[in-house]
Amino acid sequence: MSAAITTRGLVKTFGPTRALDGLDLEVDQGVVHGFLGPNGAGKSTAIRVFLGILRATAGEARILGKDPWHDAVDLHHRLAYVPGDVELWPNLTGGEAIDVLGRLRGGLQDKRRAELIERFDLDPTKKGRTYSKGNRQKVAIIAALSSGADLFLLDEPTAGLDPLMEVVFQDVVRELKSQGKTVLLSSHILAQVERLSDTISIIRRGVIVQSGTLLQMRHLNRTHVEVRTHRPVDDLHTLPGLHDLRREHGAWVFAVDPEHLDATMSHLSGHGIDTLTSNPPTLEELMLRHYGDELSHEHLGEARRA
Amino acid sequence: MSGVLSGSGRLFRLALRRDWVRMLVWVASLGLGTAAIALTFIEIYSTAEAKQAIIVTMASPAGLAFTGPAHYLSDYNDGSILSHQLLGFTAILIGIMSVLFVVRHTRTEEEAGRAELVRANPVGRYAHLASALLLTGVANVALAALLAVLLPLTGITALTWTGSLIFGAAHVAVGLTFAGVAAVTAQLTQSSRGANGLGIAAVGGAYLLRASGDAAQSDLSWASPIGWAQQSFPYLENRWWPLALNLLAFVALSALSMALSARRDLGSGMRAPRRGRASATSMLRTPLGLTLRLHRGMLLGFAIGLGLLGMSYGPFLGDIETEFSDISFIDETLTAIGGETLIDAFLTMLMTIIAVVAGVYGVMAVLRARSEETSGRGEQVLGTLQSRTTFLANHVIVAVVGSAAIILLAAALLGVTGQPTVDQPVIGKALVAAVIHIPAMWVLIGVATALVGWAPRATVLAWALLGYAGFVGYLGRFLQLPEWAGRLSPFSWLPGYPAEELTVLPLIVLTLVAAGLIALGIVGFRRRDLDTA
Repeated sequence: MSAAITTRGLVKTFGPTRALDGLDLEVDQGVVHGFLGPNGAGKSTAIRVFLGILRATAGEARILGKDPWHDAVDLHHRLAYVPGDVELWPNLTGGEAIDVLGRLRGGLQDKRRAELIERFDLDPTKKGRTYSKGNRQKVAIIAALSSGADLFLLDEPTAGLDPLMEVVFQDVVRELKSQGKTVLLSSHILAQVERLSDTISIIRRGVIVQSGTLLQMRHLNRTHVEVRTHRPVDDLHTLPGLHDLRREHGAWVFAVDPEHLDATMSHLSGHGIDTLTSNPPTLEELMLRHYGDELSHEHLGEARRA
Repeated sequence: MSGVLSGSGRLFRLALRRDWVRMLVWVASLGLGTAAIALTFIEIYSTAEAKQAIIVTMASPAGLAFTGPAHYLSDYNDGSILSHQLLGFTAILIGIMSVLFVVRHTRTEEEAGRAELVRANPVGRYAHLASALLLTGVANVALAALLAVLLPLTGITALTWTGSLIFGAAHVAVGLTFAGVAAVTAQLTQSSRGANGLGIAAVGGAYLLRASGDAAQSDLSWASPIGWAQQSFPYLENRWWPLALNLLAFVALSALSMALSARRDLGSGMRAPRRGRASATSMLRTPLGLTLRLHRGMLLGFAIGLGLLGMSYGPFLGDIETEFSDISFIDETLTAIGGETLIDAFLTMLMTIIAVVAGVYGVMAVLRARSEETSGRGEQVLGTLQSRTTFLANHVIVAVVGSAAIILLAAALLGVTGQPTVDQPVIGKALVAAVIHIPAMWVLIGVATALVGWAPRATVLAWALLGYAGFVGYLGRFLQLPEWAGRLSPFSWLPGYPAEELTVLPLIVLTLVAAGLIALGIVGFRRRDLDTA
């Protein structure tokens, strides 16, 4: 399977700011790829480079096998985009805006358009200036999804949607996947990414710091353990690879590095395990591991307990 | 680089859909306005004596500075009177129209983020520029066609078909040139405000070049796109070739704009944005400080523009006096214009123009409050402890003080640069003439404030009044409008100092009217819903 998006050492600078600092990203065709990172990490910049509306300072990007800057127009026949901040023409209705955008790509699927308007519960007769943020977002989502594109670049597409519409959106993305389409989904909503994504990349300061399936990522990260034993264990702190060790309600609570999980479990079973809960790291924790040093330790602790 | 123009046609149709009313209003008012003025002129200059008198008036540097090249005077027929006196003035309006249209469909779309949404489709890199230029071209050609057909149909024999065709073509030529200028300025700045400002400054610069060139009867007019259009001499020589210069400039500027746009990212200007302070200064933390900061760029721009205007007319004051002693039948002319010397008459007329431009600033400054409101930023500010009164009053204060400051600056520079060329003291005269105009300017600000308070969707009326005042101030004295029509402009109530005697009462009344309108506007703004949708 060839890659839908491949970048090698992608750099984009704005004056002294390095928004992308050697980004290496690979997104296979037919997958939903979660693109995670906090504000200012470079997600939107990367997507705009993929769209060919920003020109990379250095490095290479291939989108569906093409150069996004030079082949932008060709490429856009097969690509659809939803920005996180949608602005519409104030005196055009939402329905008109959908059609205008559709016409610009040479037409849209009318049946699909009608179906999506229905599912997203959009009133297409209101003027652009009267829409709320969420409704403007719906217009862009419907316009993009009514196209027959193969690759969807969605930049925080549900930022203004209510939870109900969020569910509709997730259904729609699953349908795209079942049709073999590729989706790059940039998002802050970890639950959304966890539910939809086959593969995930975490971007930090313009660099991909981790990439893979959620399962792979979990294997690379600490597991949370809460354990009660028949006989007291008092030498846990001597074991390698344990973190945040503490007593809570008579149980030992700690996080353990993946390579020490087996040894730790053997040690514990020597004392007779009474109850044991182990949680794979959540996406939030994966994120925090990469951004932890940007937060103070206290905040980090709170976030973990939360 | 494939299909850089793809989608231009569709974007053009979208632009036409959005803007056909706007276009119609511009084209119809410019076209019909010109025809109406042609009909008025034929009345005013019906006799040989009237024609002779206007030739004498126009032959002065002041007259030429306000109209066009002296060559028109060699055969001042009903047609060349029209093209001489009107083309320079209309050129400013066409220039502004073209700048606004081009920027509206290029930089504004980028700034609003809609260009990003559009360009994610198979739409070429130059499509926005191409569609904006096409739309502006269509507006200009429509105006030219209207003029070419309408003017001969007025039945005025001097308005020939050929002459009218050239006259119309001169309009398109100017419009296209400034469309090209705006296409370039839209690449340079990140904000549409900046792109419009630079474009309109270029229109003003071109007008000043031709004014200076024509007044001194030098070749300087050939440096101005408006000058080229006037060199076509409609209804006189009917020359096509100077208009080719405009066309050439249009092609070159359009090509430049596309080359520039290919070198930059969507949404950015030509320079990386500078970084600013991490925290606000204590000045910026006050409500008035914030307002001042928002107005800073525009105020500076107008101050520089009007300062240059004053400085560029100053050195001609001497020429006016020379002309004065040369002409034997000057007594008649003077009684026609009024005043002691031609310099006085010139100062009076020039100060009205300066005051109208300063009024443009004043109205823009007041309407800034409105754009803060509709952008949603006003909502954020008013969500704090700031009252509505403070919010609107601050913008009005900046408008009131700022407009007065820039007119005084222009007058001071006019006087200082003019003084060495004349025998009589002019600095004081210029400053007093400026002070006199301030209350009328404030009335315009008052009208804008009242509209913001009571009819926020009709703020365009403030522009209409300003445009009318400018029209009366610029051409009213030639048109000999009926008394009541002239009185609609606040400037008409002013004493025509230094040409006429100084009276204080109208100034007090106008100031009170302005204050009343401002208070009325603030009361209305406190009562109505905020417009944030």
